[in-house]
Amino acid sequence: MNTKIATILLLASATGLAACAKKAPETLPPVPVDNTGTETQPTPQPTGAAVGTQQHFAAAVGSSTTIYFDTDRYNVDSQDAAALQAQAQYFARYPQITFTIEGHADERGTREYNLALGERRADAARAYLVSLGVSPNRISVVSYGKERPVALASNESAWAQNRRAASVIIN
Amino acid sequence: MKPALFAALLVTAAFPASVMAQDLGAPIGEDGPVERAATDASQAQAEEGISFTVTDESAWQDIGIAIPAFATDRDRATPANEAGTGALGREVARVITANLRNNGLFKPVGPDSLPQPGFTQITAPAFDTWGGRGAEMLVHGYVRARDDGKLVVGCYLYDVALKNELVREGWVVAAADWRRAAHKCSDLIFSRLTGESPFFDSRIAYIAETGPKDRRVKRLAVMDSDGANHRFLTLGSATALTPRYSPDYSKILYLSYVDGNPRIYVYDIGTGKQTLVSENRNPTIAPRWSPDGKYILYSMAVSGNTDIYRVPATGGASVKLTDNPGIDVGGSYSPDGSKIVFESDRSGSQQCYVMDADGKNQKRISFFGGRCATPEWSPRGDQIAFTRIAGDFNVAVMNTGGGGMRVLTRGWQDEAPTWAPNGRIIQFFRTEKNTGRSGIWQVDLTGQNERRLPTPVDASDPAWGPIRP
Repeated sequence: MNTKIATILLLASATGLAACAKKAPETLPPVPVDNTGTETQPTPQPTGAAVGTQQHFAAAVGSSTTIYFDTDRYNVDSQDAAALQAQAQYFARYPQITFTIEGHADERGTREYNLALGERRADAARAYLVSLGVSPNRISVVSYGKERPVALASNESAWAQNRRAASVIIN
Repeated sequence: MKPALFAALLVTAAFPASVMAQDLGAPIGEDGPVERAATDASQAQAEEGISFTVTDESAWQDIGIAIPAFATDRDRATPANEAGTGALGREVARVITANLRNNGLFKPVGPDSLPQPGFTQITAPAFDTWGGRGAEMLVHGYVRARDDGKLVVGCYLYDVALKNELVREGWVVAAADWRRAAHKCSDLIFSRLTGESPFFDSRIAYIAETGPKDRRVKRLAVMDSDGANHRFLTLGSATALTPRYSPDYSKILYLSYVDGNPRIYVYDIGTGKQTLVSENRNPTIAPRWSPDGKYILYSMAVSGNTDIYRVPATGGASVKLTDNPGIDVGGSYSPDGSKIVFESDRSGSQQCYVMDADGKNQKRISFFGGRCATPEWSPRGDQIAFTRIAGDFNVAVMNTGGGGMRVLTRGWQDEAPTWAPNGRIIQFFRTEKNTGRSGIWQVDLTGQNERRLPTPVDASDPAWGPIRP
């Protein structure tokens, strides 16, 4: 499992370099490759936080706990794909962990539409993780629309940070 | 676009979910219809043919209406106020004055700057005195305490120049409901002078907001149309959003995160119990009542895709009304229940569409620049109010075919219009840039009379209920 995902990760990194624009057209997730034998570099071993906590997850994947979207979009682009692959690798290593994907929108949308849009974004992340082999039974999805911003200003930079799907470990 | 029966998956029900209801406050009793009283004054009738009609909105505001304190036959303490029926009569006149003034409809002069008529003058006004003060219209009334603790409130409207009674009515109310009599009197005056349907005796459900932008507490709350009789219905531990009063005021539909997910609940105001609108694992949003209260529309996301569903208010199978890979959300019935206006991004951005009540004949109606969101059909049937997104968010109206679009407000983010019961005034919520603070505002159809409603804390998602019986 580890090998497979690491290979995908390497492939995806290359793709990511090629496609520098933040938002490429919607891409299909890479086809899983059957590749056994090669030993890969170990997953970074976070110290301090216990397995099964958000801190442990964040220490392992860094900023890849969250993916970001363009205005009104919900497609997983190459940058998002790389982040979700890092997540999939982590979840493959710790199969006992269940988690929630929280979908969010920026404040420049109407309330109800944003709840639907956040759901769409969270579901796009969920579908991508499932395509990478994460069991759907381990994933919950919840939309908060524009109700829970992380960046509080009313400008493009804040809105870009709020258009997100964040994976959160359920303890 | 055939509506598919969704019975197998969605066995919906009025399913007791009170176990989940962790966020509800104590229930409040809703009072029933107001009883009409015989106005025990002279039998003089307003003569037909001397009706006062105004067609131009600007002209209404020039009508000087004197509203002195309501008289009483005998000053008696009431369960509502110890100062007695005399003091209550002054309060009733103040409420009527505020109603007429705050809505930008007339130029009323209230009891605090007018002489108080005696009880016998209620049916025999001193027309010459009032004419000398420049009043064109005169409101008289009385408050009488009955031995059973109830109040009788009489309301009379006179044309000062013609020295004629235009209309009168009386109501019996529980002492605690004295404001309803003031609203009924306001409605009587408003309807007689404008020819329009009443709207003051109505209530508003909304979301009360407190706390910083990233930890906002959102509670379900209700109030009278003038902001009085305010109540919080939820405690604030779970986010509550998008309430809608049932047409008979017995229930409120709203979204709550009380079980961790966005779900629509039917909250019974009388019993304080609430049930899920649809008993399944999918998130449900954007609840709406049909005009007769028999059906509920809700939007549900299945595998990320949101469509609009209809379910009988008493429970049963849901019918899927839209079936489209785009986001279809909301929905507002025409007053006759035959059509539904809703929003969809199936064309690439939020636009407004109309369909038959069974989901057939879905047609886009908004073709002006910008986006069309949160459409709400006017109770009069002739207009649709919506959130127009074109840079900023503004409240706009259009006719039911999408023509005649007019923008009514100019805020940075004005959102989610709701109609007054008579279709003359629109409330919405306005959010401030950066702070995220919000308040309920209202505007009339001219776009000229805009004001903020007084609420104890920040407020959003107003939902105006119908006129009360």
